[in-house]
Amino acid sequence: MTTTDTAIDTVLTAENITKSFGGVHALKGASITMRRGEVTALIGDNGAGKSTLVRCLSGIHKPDSGTITLDGAVVQIDSPLAAKHHGIETVQQNLALVEDLTVWQNFFVGREITKGVGPFQMLDRKAMRDKASTLLSGLAVNVPPVTSRVRRLSGGQRQAVAIARAAGWGSSIVIMDEPTAALGVQETARVEAVIRRLQDSGVAVLLISHNFDQVLRLAQHVWVMRGGLAVAQRRTSETTGDELVALITGAQAV
Amino acid sequence: MNTMTAQPVAAPPVPRKVAASLSEAKHLSFWAENAAPVGLIVLVVVFSVLSPTFLTVGNITAMLVAAAILVVLAVAQSFVITTGGIDLSISATMTIGAVGLGLAYQAGLPFWPSAIIAILASTVIGVINGLLIAKGKVTDFIATLGTLGVATGAALILTDGKPIAVTSTELLRLTTGKLGFVPYPFVLAAIVGAVAWFVMFRTRYGLHVQAVGGSEEAAVANGVKAPRVRIAVYVWAAALAGLASLLLVARIGAAEPAINTNYLLNSIAAVVLGGVSLTGGRAKIVGPILGALLLTALSNGLTLLAVSQFYQPLAVGLVVVLAALLTRFQKR
Ligand SMILES: Nc1ncnc2c1ncn2[C@@H]1O[C@H](COP(=O)(O)OP(=O)(O)OP(=O)(O)O)[C@@H](O)[C@H]1O
Ligand SMILES: [Mg+2]
Repeated sequence: MTTTDTAIDTVLTAENITKSFGGVHALKGASITMRRGEVTALIGDNGAGKSTLVRCLSGIHKPDSGTITLDGAVVQIDSPLAAKHHGIETVQQNLALVEDLTVWQNFFVGREITKGVGPFQMLDRKAMRDKASTLLSGLAVNVPPVTSRVRRLSGGQRQAVAIARAAGWGSSIVIMDEPTAALGVQETARVEAVIRRLQDSGVAVLLISHNFDQVLRLAQHVWVMRGGLAVAQRRTSETTGDELVALITGAQAV
Repeated sequence: MNTMTAQPVAAPPVPRKVAASLSEAKHLSFWAENAAPVGLIVLVVVFSVLSPTFLTVGNITAMLVAAAILVVLAVAQSFVITTGGIDLSISATMTIGAVGLGLAYQAGLPFWPSAIIAILASTVIGVINGLLIAKGKVTDFIATLGTLGVATGAALILTDGKPIAVTSTELLRLTTGKLGFVPYPFVLAAIVGAVAWFVMFRTRYGLHVQAVGGSEEAAVANGVKAPRVRIAVYVWAAALAGLASLLLVARIGAAEPAINTNYLLNSIAAVVLGGVSLTGGRAKIVGPILGALLLTALSNGLTLLAVSQFYQPLAVGLVVVLAALLTRFQKR
């Protein structure tokens, strides 16, 4: 694999991203790349900085320094809307659901379907309910009605809602921060099927997971984070769970 | 916990819905969700038994006129509270509107331009509230407490503490006109209520208000511009207070630099009675309107029964505390 090959394949590059919260240096110059049409995994111990990096890529945090390149062009992702405009959808680790709102409202809040013109625009509630219902039925085993409030849903149902929301917009990059953390066996299998389906349709997926079997099963490439840095990368075809553990803990250097 | 039954997966058809709400009546949560309509019916029944004049057309008209201002303020307060905020300056903002109307009219402007000045004067307070809270990150409670003081003081300074008589024919028509037996002030309040309901439950902006109140972090992560939503909610509340100031001046016949604290407390009380949680996220418009009607009926009934004025704040206070206790049993 030559460098030119990689350059052509790369859909996203994050370079030397730093981010501090007061005295906590969550990211100390992390760099990762994602290749088109691949599932890229991001692994690392708790507090390694995975979610912080994800939040920088999805416009929630503004990095203190560093550059993000999409399709060869440097971009500023300074708001969640900007990320969405660049075709990046994210399932946040905390799911980013508003518990007081219904499932369909959560699907569409921030980019509602409306009818009417100018100041007389009103929500097209039926269109949104129908679309949310369609997107969700492909995913959840125990599909909650889209008119129920998220507060009433089980942890797994909530996760399904957040994943269906992120997967449903025809974006070019989908980031999932521990998408199967609270899921049962069947639901996990469904989410993995969703990830494969996204990949088949040409979407680049960034998967954060603590489950090495899952990472080796789904991803083609894996980045290892430790202490706010991406310290190693491997093709999953050329590594093992044991090696990944060693890289995460630092027992094996790069 | 045998009251915690499993939720049916699909929405039940209508007859089962009715049956369900009947069986729900056994639970406290039913009373908590419906405190305002239930309380209003109880009050109407009690007062019409105790006083023959209570349900006469004349008295109903009087009550509707009296309720109009509070309905408008309660709708405004409901929007603010849905975002998890509170507007303590709402009655002082209304006073500023009244003073603006009085001064403009005194300066020789016709009624309608004066009315627009009144609404604009109030809106200024809302802009200040919104900027302080959304941009300055000042707690809503403190920011609006501050503007409450500023607006009250400004009203006194601008008028030298004296009421300004406003005797325009338009204002007179607003006070005395009727649509059927419904007086114009209440027609206006009802229109405000209907528009507010539509905005809250049928528009993008209303959904954003609920989202920001439910979880600002999640709303922002989904692309909602929370600061904008917050500023707008205080601006709209103030504009509505300005509208209410027209009704206030129409009612009194003069622009008074009075403090109107009662309206502030009652606007919050109406929202609480309407079943809106002060933590935000769950919007209601009809509830607060019914709450405002309830509070008006309460003070009207007590007056008819010749209960001393001194007992009225006591009665309002008890009703509100009871409603607040009940809301603890609301289903979330
Ligand atoms: N908003 C914040 N304010 C302060 N500190 C933060 C904030 N977000 C993250 N941190 C800190 O940054 C570091 C990295 O956190 P991050 O959530 O990115 O870890 P992670 O790799 O996702 O861990 P996990 O596997 O537990 O999800 C931690 O030390 C955390 O305490
Ligand atoms: Mg994390």
